[in-house]
Amino acid sequence: MRSRPTLDLRAKSHLYYLAFACHRISGLLLACFIPLHFLMLSQSLRGATGFERSLGLTDFWVFKFGEWVLVVLLAIHLGGGIRILIIEFGSWRGLRKGWIEISILFAIGCGLLFLYFAN
Amino acid sequence: MNTAVLQAKLWYAQRISAMILGICVAVHLIIIFYAIRGGLTAQEILGRTQGSVSFALFYEIFVLACFVHAPIGVANILQEIFPKGGLALPLSLVLAILILLLGSAAVFGLFTGGAL
Amino acid sequence: MSNADLKVKVWRGAEQGEFVEYLVPRNPNQTVLDVVTYIQRKLDPTLSYRFACRVGMCGSCAMTVNGVARWTCRTHVSQIVKGDSLEIAPLNNLPVIKDLATDMREFFNKWKGAVGFFKGSQSRHDDFAKVEPQSEERQLANAGIECIGCGVCYASCEVVQARPNYLGPAALNRAWTLTNDIRDIQQLDRIRAVAGDAGCHACHTQGSCTERCPKGIEPTASIAGLKRLVARAAIRGSKWGKL
Repeated sequence: MRSRPTLDLRAKSHLYYLAFACHRISGLLLACFIPLHFLMLSQSLRGATGFERSLGLTDFWVFKFGEWVLVVLLAIHLGGGIRILIIEFGSWRGLRKGWIEISILFAIGCGLLFLYFAN
Repeated sequence: MNTAVLQAKLWYAQRISAMILGICVAVHLIIIFYAIRGGLTAQEILGRTQGSVSFALFYEIFVLACFVHAPIGVANILQEIFPKGGLALPLSLVLAILILLLGSAAVFGLFTGGAL
Repeated sequence: MSNADLKVKVWRGAEQGEFVEYLVPRNPNQTVLDVVTYIQRKLDPTLSYRFACRVGMCGSCAMTVNGVARWTCRTHVSQIVKGDSLEIAPLNNLPVIKDLATDMREFFNKWKGAVGFFKGSQSRHDDFAKVEPQSEERQLANAGIECIGCGVCYASCEVVQARPNYLGPAALNRAWTLTNDIRDIQQLDRIRAVAGDAGCHACHTQGSCTERCPKGIEPTASIAGLKRLVARAAIRGSKWGKL
């Protein structure tokens, strides 16, 4: 005896749900990160040397990797967000698969650009 | 304000702030890619931001847009995951305050360079 | 036997129950409804399920097949079988009466709740209303009026699962078509009904409704239209009055 089945992954295995999930997850992670990012930047209130010392904390590779992840998350969320705005405010032309493709390419592009410029 | 009007206004505010953020994020990404070439020091950052009114204006608008956009999004998510608890409103308000205070502090700090 | 039997797991019970496996001979051109019918007629007459037209017009046979809401009469086994297995369950998001039959009352009550019904101001003594076929409203309404209330979109929506009082894609789609019916006189009530916590703004554009609708209707488009309409009404007031 068990409870009746409910909506599971099989019902959600389509492109538009995946786009929603990426947008939601990237948004949540960004919401967690942004206050920390602002906190870091507000160390500039300590003046140049105090700020430099705080920035020095981020020299560990885990922070660098985290920064890269955040740029990619930002790109994903921006791409997905523009898609939603076009769906909700633009003329109806379906669920805009093209914009999903652009977002993926944009995120990859930003990830690569960050690696290129940061090194 | 009844709940229908409130929900509609929150939705609208989140979408308008999203449009503003779309522009701000695009510009910010370009600035970041430009700035991180060859590493980034506090001196370099402050060299660009200290005393720059356009910097302060742009980023304060950015902070205000975040302050509207993120808490509404987070509140929606919390309302769905914890429908019975009253977590959504307090947690979103905390996020909103954090973004507004820390963000404005960051803009102020970078504009003044710590020279208060 | 040249064809292996199908191993078909069918939900038996109500909110509590279990999947029971049946062996069903495989046939060419077999639909999932054929499979369910075979089980009930030849293997277990206590199985409860719904169907009517069995030719893809009425929507009564909608069930969850391998996790996805479908019309079973229009789903060929060969299309969706996993090896030689099938899993058939009642539609999600609706209470189970017995086995594969769900209680559709809340689905239709939400339709009413969204003011998804017509009310005009004219009578048989008045002249015909004139609705321009090429007008924007008529075109918008056309896109959504073929809905037959099968419940597949409602059963596929994660927001319905997460928010039990969310009106759902079918009700909102119907409400949208009626906001574009220039003869209807309940527009203000309708806008009020589709706003709020349980209304159009709860939609996250996941698109499962549009993806699964067997008639190719796009409730996501209708809901987007309602979002704009309601937001404008909340801020500037609508052409039918203040929200």
